[in-house]
Amino acid sequence: MTRQLMLVTLAAMAAATPAISEIAPTAVAYTEGKISESLTGTPGDPVAGVKVMTTNALGNCVACHVIGALPDVPFQGNIGPALDGVASRYDEAQLRGIVANSKLTFEGTFMPAFYKTDGFVRPGNAYTGKAPESELTPILTAQQIEDVVAYLVTLKE
Amino acid sequence: MQKQMIKTLAASAAFGLALTGMAMSTPVDDKLVIEGEEGTIELVTSTKAPEHLQEVMDTIYSGWHYREDDTRSMQMDDFDNPAMVFVDRGRDLWNAAIGKNGESCAGCHNGPESMKGLRAVTPRVDAKTGKLMTIENYVDACVTERMGLEAWGWTGDKMKDTLALISMQSRGEIVNVAIDGPAAPFWEKGKEVYYTRYGQLEMSCASCHEENQGLFIRSDHLSQGQINGFPTYRLKDAGILSAQQRFVGCVRDTRAETFKPNSDEFKALELYVASRGNGLSVEGVSVRH
Ligand code: HEC
Ligand code: HEC
Repeated sequence: MTRQLMLVTLAAMAAATPAISEIAPTAVAYTEGKISESLTGTPGDPVAGVKVMTTNALGNCVACHVIGALPDVPFQGNIGPALDGVASRYDEAQLRGIVANSKLTFEGTFMPAFYKTDGFVRPGNAYTGKAPESELTPILTAQQIEDVVAYLVTLKE
Repeated sequence: MQKQMIKTLAASAAFGLALTGMAMSTPVDDKLVIEGEEGTIELVTSTKAPEHLQEVMDTIYSGWHYREDDTRSMQMDDFDNPAMVFVDRGRDLWNAAIGKNGESCAGCHNGPESMKGLRAVTPRVDAKTGKLMTIENYVDACVTERMGLEAWGWTGDKMKDTLALISMQSRGEIVNVAIDGPAAPFWEKGKEVYYTRYGQLEMSCASCHEENQGLFIRSDHLSQGQINGFPTYRLKDAGILSAQQRFVGCVRDTRAETFKPNSDEFKALELYVASRGNGLSVEGVSVRH
């Protein structure tokens, strides 16, 4: 396989093909901001969740949240509440809802919706500043949301 | 239940914010005293918010207050300020006979001191044409109409060197852009852009620079996003950055399709953001990270 073709194939695999049982961003059922069902049916991996939460190009949750349980992550922002103990404040369904679309729990919040693809003003093609070339994908995949939730539920007081 | 939950959560969030924000949330208490060719001057870098802002904040601060000690001190001596190289380049360009028929800026305007005060009142509506004019718009008109040259482009070196030189002539003057009369519709439009939550991250200028100023977004200490210091020497880019270039970067960071420099939207936004700094000193050319 040529390098280019391989990249294209990889990108397509990563971005486009949702698992059969995956719930699309536009099909998620919220009840008072909560999502009770897993978005994928595959249990989340908390270790992968930490990676998502601390990587700039992924969730970058630490841009705004301190996570005392991860002292090695440098420059944690302080815009949102610290996430330590968050699982004692919310159950799994609430946490899944907050990560997928926090606006349905916290009206008008600054926190971005990580599993949402419509209703934006001048959305761009990721961080290029340009118009999107194809349909928007959510900032995180369904499985990444599940991974993040799997880590959040471990953050008990 | 839903309402109740939102309320309780909002309260706990606000509490968390206050707690975590306490340590380093305030702008640094310091004075910007500059050793320059004209002697020692002290700039106004914080003051009472202009009347139109008083509902949302009491005090306005230059972005200078939010930067690290070494970045702040670079701006306190013109010898250390890397932007001065660009000001000097601007001066050479000002004097050069570059026009189609040998015209120069100096030929029509004498020394650059003739531009004193301009930076403090632009963007402004041109009385003759009714158009909103930035300094770049004025420069472009001279370059193309009076010197017979190709346009320099909004973010090219020549434009920014000239902008730096012109802005320096107003160092220490108090920003005072007009927001009423013919400026009012442009100002309103700029305000609308300022408060619109763009992009996939759904963030407005106000989300970062009004509601969360003083807090940290990752390692970045959020300032009020004032432009009294622009153009600035940005250490990260090792070059001069104009206000509208900064807007491009900030809007891009919201995963949005940005507006272009010199678009109607960004010109109006420049006027509006400038007006949020009415009362601060023009810094001439500042230094930011
Ligand atoms: C740009 C800022 C920002 C980013 C990025 C961000 N959040 Fe938040 N988050 C907030 C704010 C602000 C709140 C407080 C809710 C409000 O607006 O009242 C919040 C609230 C929360 C809460 C509820 C905490 C509590 O104790 O009430 C959870 C859980 C949470 N965020 C998880 C995440 C996760 C997981 C990510 C990344 C996938 C993330 N956040 C990314 C700003 C952010
Ligand atoms: C995602 C958060 C975010 C948003 C949204 C945002 N900015 Fe910024 N902005 C920053 C950060 C971070 C910096 C660098 C630190 C600082 O100066 O605040 C910055 C810097 C600036 C500066 C430079 C200030 C100085 O003194 O160097 C200006 C001007 C500015 N922003 C204007 C705007 C405008 C106008 C908008 C809306 C079109 C906007 N910003 C939207 C995060 C943001």
